[in-house]
Amino acid sequence: MSFSYPILPGGHLLAIEGLEAPHIAALLDLAESYALLNRQGKTQRDLLKGRTLINLFFEDSTRTRTSFEIAGKRLGADIVNMSVSTSSVNKGETLLDTASTLNAMHTDILVVRHAQSGAPALLAQKVQAAVINAGDGTHEHPTQALLDALTIRRHKPDLRGLIVAICGDITHSRVARSNIHCLNAMGAEVRLVAPPTLLPADVTRLGVQVFHDMTKGLAGADVVMMLRLQKERMSGGQVPSAREFFRFFGLDREKLAYAKPDAIVMHPGPMNRGIEIDSAIADDPLRSVIGEQVEMGVALRMAVLDVLARGLRRNA
Amino acid sequence: MTALLIENARLLDPATGRDAPGALLVENGRITSLTGAPADGIPRFDAGGACLAPGLIDLHASLGEPGHEHRETIASAALAAAAGGITTLCATPDTDPVVNDPALVQFMARRGDATGSLTILPYAAATRGSEISEYGLLREAGAIAFTDAPRAIASARTMRLALSYARAFGAFIMQHPEEPSLATGGVATEGEMATRMGLPGIPMAAEAMMVARDIALARITGGHVHFSCISTAAALDLIRAAKAEGLRVTADTAPPYFDLSETAIGEYRTYAKLSPPLRPDSERQAVAAALRDGTLDAVCSAHRPCDADDKRLPFVQAEPGGAGLATLLGVTLAQVHSGAMPLLDALALLTCKPAALLGLESGRLAPGAPADLVLFDLERGWQVKAGALPGKAQNTPFDGRPLEGRVRATFKAGRKVFGA
Repeated sequence: MSFSYPILPGGHLLAIEGLEAPHIAALLDLAESYALLNRQGKTQRDLLKGRTLINLFFEDSTRTRTSFEIAGKRLGADIVNMSVSTSSVNKGETLLDTASTLNAMHTDILVVRHAQSGAPALLAQKVQAAVINAGDGTHEHPTQALLDALTIRRHKPDLRGLIVAICGDITHSRVARSNIHCLNAMGAEVRLVAPPTLLPADVTRLGVQVFHDMTKGLAGADVVMMLRLQKERMSGGQVPSAREFFRFFGLDREKLAYAKPDAIVMHPGPMNRGIEIDSAIADDPLRSVIGEQVEMGVALRMAVLDVLARGLRRNA
Repeated sequence: MTALLIENARLLDPATGRDAPGALLVENGRITSLTGAPADGIPRFDAGGACLAPGLIDLHASLGEPGHEHRETIASAALAAAAGGITTLCATPDTDPVVNDPALVQFMARRGDATGSLTILPYAAATRGSEISEYGLLREAGAIAFTDAPRAIASARTMRLALSYARAFGAFIMQHPEEPSLATGGVATEGEMATRMGLPGIPMAAEAMMVARDIALARITGGHVHFSCISTAAALDLIRAAKAEGLRVTADTAPPYFDLSETAIGEYRTYAKLSPPLRPDSERQAVAAALRDGTLDAVCSAHRPCDADDKRLPFVQAEPGGAGLATLLGVTLAQVHSGAMPLLDALALLTCKPAALLGLESGRLAPGAPADLVLFDLERGWQVKAGALPGKAQNTPFDGRPLEGRVRATFKAGRKVFGA
């Protein structure tokens, strides 16, 4: 496959905001081919041979880190996992000190997760490696949005005009922000369903419709995307209790019945069963594509690594 | 007797409205004449037709010394002030230790005098925990007024006591108006920009709310509240109404709030992380309008030194604050060059108006006034460059901003302390 333009401008993947439909479509097409190879059990171990990929996680994560690790290994990269404790003395110093350490080690690709919005962008200014944002604060989680789009596309081939309802804690969700930008770029109609205390200010300016009632927000939806509700939101007072949240904003059969009969249900994981989603739906093979999201995550991340590695070869 | 004749100048005195070519005679550190031919043999300084105005009076600046000398020393701040035409500066008490003791007040003033170029008028801390400070003793030691800036005086009861008790000693309370229970944790103005960037926001109402509360307290105490760094239209409306009512309410703003908008924090630029945070353009316009209509009494630098370690961090973790001494005049003059304000009105906000607020005899070109002067080229262009500013603090939010109007020389008590 060859591309006549850079799919990821700047040589990093820091955010979905700023990417346009052709960029995203090209990534998804490439990821599609990796999904096929993965199912056939084939690997391409020469593509990233001799390249060093570092998973730099300032926040705990199992699934995203593992997904990048598998993606990198299937392409033949040398992978190092670095978990940096967030309780270390001075996080800021650690970040820039880490950057100079990584430069000295001649890292090719850096996958970063950090609790602060903008931290991967700051690192990208200081390191020579290609940087992939694996989630920064409440800003973006671009590979999650891309794997979500890939998963949706396998069930609903044309994203244009699809109604996607994103439900739950929007304020604190980087997954929601990346998905809003990605789905809007691809021509879908994005709805947010949440109590007003979990919606960030002026969010309609991002090109979404806002609902506070699941039955209205889900009406006619093609895709229902649930978000994880962090336990601390309850202690922070944004939601009075788990049972009240589940009653009005949790996804159960009754509420899902308002969506289209063939609507798919998604969740970035890990799930709080009985808080934002009923187990009966999470485990329903006819509706839930949550397992497939994980599978597509590896394929999509292979595609991102592939594209960034092409850039590295050009610069080498 | 020492004397100096500054001739061939455009004399600008906002207090009297004088804007005329002329010469100014300085004797023993004071202005003695703006007219008449002096005796022969007096040293002369050729102003080359440049503007000669009273030295600027900065109502609100935070200094690195004592306690944070790695950010800035008083000598370094004085250098930046002189280069910016500032000859008097009111320093906030947020040093380490906090200025809450008569000895520390005297220390700050002495350190200023030692520079030879800058009068430091120290604010003292308004509170010690939930109690008010020793306003009488602090005032006696030279405290100009009282403030907890950059923090707000949060408790309404404490603020009431402060406003009330300060009356006995003829001092105002300077408030950093931001309701803490809404502002804590926030780093940007709540709205589309913060939402896109994933930054915790502070609603703009946090400012107006505190202003409204303190106006009500000024009404019941008869005390004088001064609001610093006003940045929103709603707060300005409240201040305008309080002034019309005749309450003892005054206010200032700082250049970022009439020259920049929140878009400056794009790409997580921490040099534009300020407190209060930068606002949408609608608010910037309202602040600029309030400079013109008299709602605002002064433009202060809101100078706050930070070093690279404070700023080269993820946005949430970076220190708020911008260096403001060297750019105070230039950015204020941008309002003149854009046609928004007459020159003398803009200068009044930097000279005679803050002087009146503080009860100073400086801030005017009048016989008997201290010969604190700034000589500047109104039209001369330059570009603000972080890393190339005078003094140690380089954290300017105006990095890259082209400006017109540059200080050519600064005089303190008749002595040239900056310029060729």
